[in-house]
Amino acid sequence: MGFDIRIPLGVMFALIGALLAGFGLSSDPAIYQRSLGININLWWGLTLLVFAAALLGLAWRARRRA
Amino acid sequence: MHPATIDWAIMGVYFAFVLGVGYTLRRYMKTSTDYFLSGRSIPAWVAGLAFLSANLGAQEVIGMAASGAKYGMATSHFYWIGAIPAMVFLGVFMMPFYYGSKARSVPEYLRLRFDAKTRGLNAISFAVMTVFSSGISMYAMGLLLNLLLGWDFNTSVWLSAAIVLLYILLGGLTSAIYNEVLQFFLIVGGFAPLVFLGLRDIGGWHGLTQRLSYVATSQGFAPQAWSSTWSGMGHAASNPMGVEWFGLAMGLGFVLSFGYWCTDFLVVQRAMAAHSMAAARRTPLIAAVPKMLFPFLVIVPGMIAIASTVHTGVSGFSLPHKADGTLNYDMSIPMMLGHYFPHGMLGLGLTALLASFMSGMAGNVTAFNTVWTYDIYQAHIRPGASDHHYLTMGRIATVFGIALSVAAAYVANRFNNIMDMLQLLFAFVNAPLFATFLLGMFWKRSTGHGAFVGLLSGTLAAALHHGLTLPTGSLAGIKGGWLVVTHHYPSEMAQNFWTAIWAFSACFAVTILVSLCTRARPEQELVGLVYSLTPRQRQTERHWYERPAILGGGVLAAALLLNLLFW
Repeated sequence: MGFDIRIPLGVMFALIGALLAGFGLSSDPAIYQRSLGININLWWGLTLLVFAAALLGLAWRARRRA
Repeated sequence: MHPATIDWAIMGVYFAFVLGVGYTLRRYMKTSTDYFLSGRSIPAWVAGLAFLSANLGAQEVIGMAASGAKYGMATSHFYWIGAIPAMVFLGVFMMPFYYGSKARSVPEYLRLRFDAKTRGLNAISFAVMTVFSSGISMYAMGLLLNLLLGWDFNTSVWLSAAIVLLYILLGGLTSAIYNEVLQFFLIVGGFAPLVFLGLRDIGGWHGLTQRLSYVATSQGFAPQAWSSTWSGMGHAASNPMGVEWFGLAMGLGFVLSFGYWCTDFLVVQRAMAAHSMAAARRTPLIAAVPKMLFPFLVIVPGMIAIASTVHTGVSGFSLPHKADGTLNYDMSIPMMLGHYFPHGMLGLGLTALLASFMSGMAGNVTAFNTVWTYDIYQAHIRPGASDHHYLTMGRIATVFGIALSVAAAYVANRFNNIMDMLQLLFAFVNAPLFATFLLGMFWKRSTGHGAFVGLLSGTLAAALHHGLTLPTGSLAGIKGGWLVVTHHYPSEMAQNFWTAIWAFSACFAVTILVSLCTRARPEQELVGLVYSLTPRQRQTERHWYERPAILGGGVLAAALLLNLLFW
């Protein structure tokens, strides 16, 4: 079956990661008081972007090999 | 706690992808096998994550965090002995018969191995049960979203039902499975930062155990009672669960856990959809790896919540109280999401909750439509129709399965007692199941009459035991003792475990007795269905670490290590 779940999964996390990281860069730092002063949106958004890149990389490699 | 635009945007991305996956997969749905078994084409790692995710409903997530607050680290028993060994047993020993017999469902295996009446009993109780459990979880979710976000109960129920309906209608089991993978990663992605922030706030694992010792001593337990798993299990009075090690190991670790993980079609269906026997056997073993790490994701937040509540002033977090003045443990995860997550992450956290709810519901619905179509409709109502007819029936069953769940959610909303009674009844029906499968797969002499009478006796034994015993401090009635109270258990959990032990033993003994008195089936009919009559599997795995026995052994060793680390 020619369906690789890593592609939609990767694209979805890339979108969510970009939304979070983008919001983390532009939002008022005061809202991060509740997350112990950590800009959790930015950091977790970047983490999700890395995860998304890894998934898409794996999917791309599998497709080239097939 | 009101979501802002960014939170809605993140939830929107998730909904778009869930529906998009269903839409993309619709063109693969040509036969009933495609629809109900994903055409047996799913890779092992996808089936494994779906196997885990189907069980990871919102009730599981919310409930495990609640137990984490109520009982502490000992809640991990539901994972480390209450799931892992059974998952390994399924992969190594049982999967060859489920997958190899070409049965399309668990009840159908019972038909092949025993007879039509045993299958019918299992299929009907399973179908009713899945509809109601999906209804009960929908009700729980509706209440939660109402309490948390002020969403209307009707809107939450109908909206989530509509989304699940749409993606299963389009892409069948394949769509449910692929979406369960999406949901799995969202649940991890949404809750992991919560655990990180909570632990950091409370001073790490060390700070957490220190605070938990106040929780324990204030209730008269040893200081480590909330942060250890086995050290208080010597006696029921020395741990907050109120169970002793034997009841725990036999009742939870053996009867209940093997009964659920090895026989419940909701999870087994995911493995049956795998693309090969080797992949099907690896499915539960792959699932076991994240499963054993889940306590850190879902139980630890509850422990953090109770530790902060009892020892306030540091983080400013505390659990709310219920109307009767007791702490509302169920709010552990939702309240912590609101406490630690700013807008943005809040959207991701809520998405994780919604995802867990939908994956649980989709699991129930796909298992229901298969059992209904193959084991009830094709077997008893309309045999011999075209494959296309059954595919259409499966789609219709999806619609009325979801409609019935919605109805059940409203019944639960109206009459809470009816739901408690139904859940009790399901517990009676499920408790003896593993004895039937164990004897069926590993004792060639067991017969259909034996299995059928054994199942009924097991259910009866469970009901009798429940009617004769009562947890200390409860009133006779729904909690037990509705016949005569002959024995008091230290806790409800201890009573549950022992009910299961009695049900299993009764089913086991009666199945053997009746089997010995009835005529056995000829051995050549049982090839591929019974262990001693089935040729050994040839190893087809490419790498040594993909072999079920080696993978299973590794998983068990890791689970043992976790038990020792958190002794």
